Amino acid sequence: MPLPSTPGLSFKPEHFPKIRDQRGAVGFYEVHAENYMGAGGAPHAMLEDLHRDHAISIHGVGLSIGGAGSLDTDHLTRLRTLIDRYQPESFSEHLAWSSHGAAWLNDLLPLPYTDQTLATICAHIDQTQTALGRRMLLENPATYVTFADSTWSETDFLTEIGRRTGCGLLLDVNNVFVTSTNHRTDPRAYLADFPLDLVGEIHLAGHEAEDLPDGPLLIDSHSRPVADPVWTLYSEVIARTGPLPSLIEWDNDVPDFDTLISEATRADAILKGARDVRAA
Amino acid sequence: MSALPDPHAAMQAQFHEALWAQKTPAGLGQEDALDRRFLVYRNNVQHGLRSALSQRFPVIERLVGADFFAAMARVFAANHPPETPVLINWGGAFPAFLEAFPPVAKLPYLPDVARLELARGQAYHAADAPVADPSALGVSDPSALRLILAPSVRAYHSAWPSVSIWAQNQPGAQQAPLPKGPQFALIARTRNFDVPVIALGAADHAVLCRLIAGDPFGQAAAGTDPTAILTLLLQHGLITKIEGDTP
Repeated sequence: MPLPSTPGLSFKPEHFPKIRDQRGAVGFYEVHAENYMGAGGAPHAMLEDLHRDHAISIHGVGLSIGGAGSLDTDHLTRLRTLIDRYQPESFSEHLAWSSHGAAWLNDLLPLPYTDQTLATICAHIDQTQTALGRRMLLENPATYVTFADSTWSETDFLTEIGRRTGCGLLLDVNNVFVTSTNHRTDPRAYLADFPLDLVGEIHLAGHEAEDLPDGPLLIDSHSRPVADPVWTLYSEVIARTGPLPSLIEWDNDVPDFDTLISEATRADAILKGARDVRAA
Repeated sequence: MSALPDPHAAMQAQFHEALWAQKTPAGLGQEDALDRRFLVYRNNVQHGLRSALSQRFPVIERLVGADFFAAMARVFAANHPPETPVLINWGGAFPAFLEAFPPVAKLPYLPDVARLELARGQAYHAADAPVADPSALGVSDPSALRLILAPSVRAYHSAWPSVSIWAQNQPGAQQAPLPKGPQFALIARTRNFDVPVIALGAADHAVLCRLIAGDPFGQAAAGTDPTAILTLLLQHGLITKIEGDTP
């Protein structure tokens, strides 16, 4: 079963009692895979309970698919164990690297888009999909720098990855807005080029802004409500694709559950609008 | 003949080095304010690792102060970075790091307080296990029984009053004069997933250590009254199996 084409929320353990009181308030919850790689205890008890009433998306942040070296097969095994245990409706990871040698860096770092990196990433995705026995989604990044060596646009790069590996894409609309603003390009042009037919899930999140001499620098902080221009871009995407699973991500300065629900309600109105148009 | 250079690997090595230095790597695209842009990554990496460490060791952070902790976390993370993406397993080297870190040499109890916090984290994530039926203890001679304890059970001891230091640095705790060390405790996960730190006497701690080591009950409790430790283990559902009760 795929994720439902409804709003979803990042799962925060502090909201667990409210979530149990309001079962089904959203169609799915998303968790970071690495937080559920302990042996037992409360995290697993909560995730099992959550999965009884909701679809689950497992979102990895640690595989370093964009790394130059080989994938960590121990980590692939951990992911496989988690996926076998929970049978989540979706598994996704990032177009980024996050480890160097034996050190894991706990951030999603950028890479040049070249023929070489394309081949490496496609090999990593093939290996991942084989090891996990399922199709994965790959998320577009929020970036603050570009690389002189890049010869591919990000959208062409993602399209080609999807074509070569058969993976789906996770379209983070906030990342599109952050990246386009930071690199002084047009987010609508990015979305016009994006292979929307490959999108299996959407992410929406808040960002912080500061002013540089030549324009704004946006930081993908997941610490605020989704910004209005991101909602507008999201509506335009949904008008083209129809309803898609749409996650509100809020990982820092996490607000109370009702605030997250009001963000989800805003996404739901847009999804309903698209459903009505299609039904008409 | 030398191997062909790998530009992807070379770029990542440079980028990684720059994360821990005060410079911006070469090879980035021509954009305004490159130093500020790169700083986002440096801040994310350092802030992310520091937050993970402070979640694991909140009392250490409280004892040394947030600013000092941040600076110390940077040194620890640069020298002992996580070896896997499973951050809940990171920090095992932190107590030994504190023992050898000169700026905290005047706080000799810190490594033991860190060991206590580490034990709590391990207990929180330890494997689940069934709870044994306590009626199996009701045999005429229980001395040959072997109690298998839950994977979350840890016997803790410190030459310092680390249990009191930890307790007095919990939110809302009352300050009181510290007793002299040593101190002992049982650290384990209870049925509702809390991980209390339960102070023990030296004798109870010795019984607990022998039970963890797998000694039969009679041998573990030799020369002492095991009622207190047995009551704690039963009360919190920490005995997973009682062996040796069938011939």
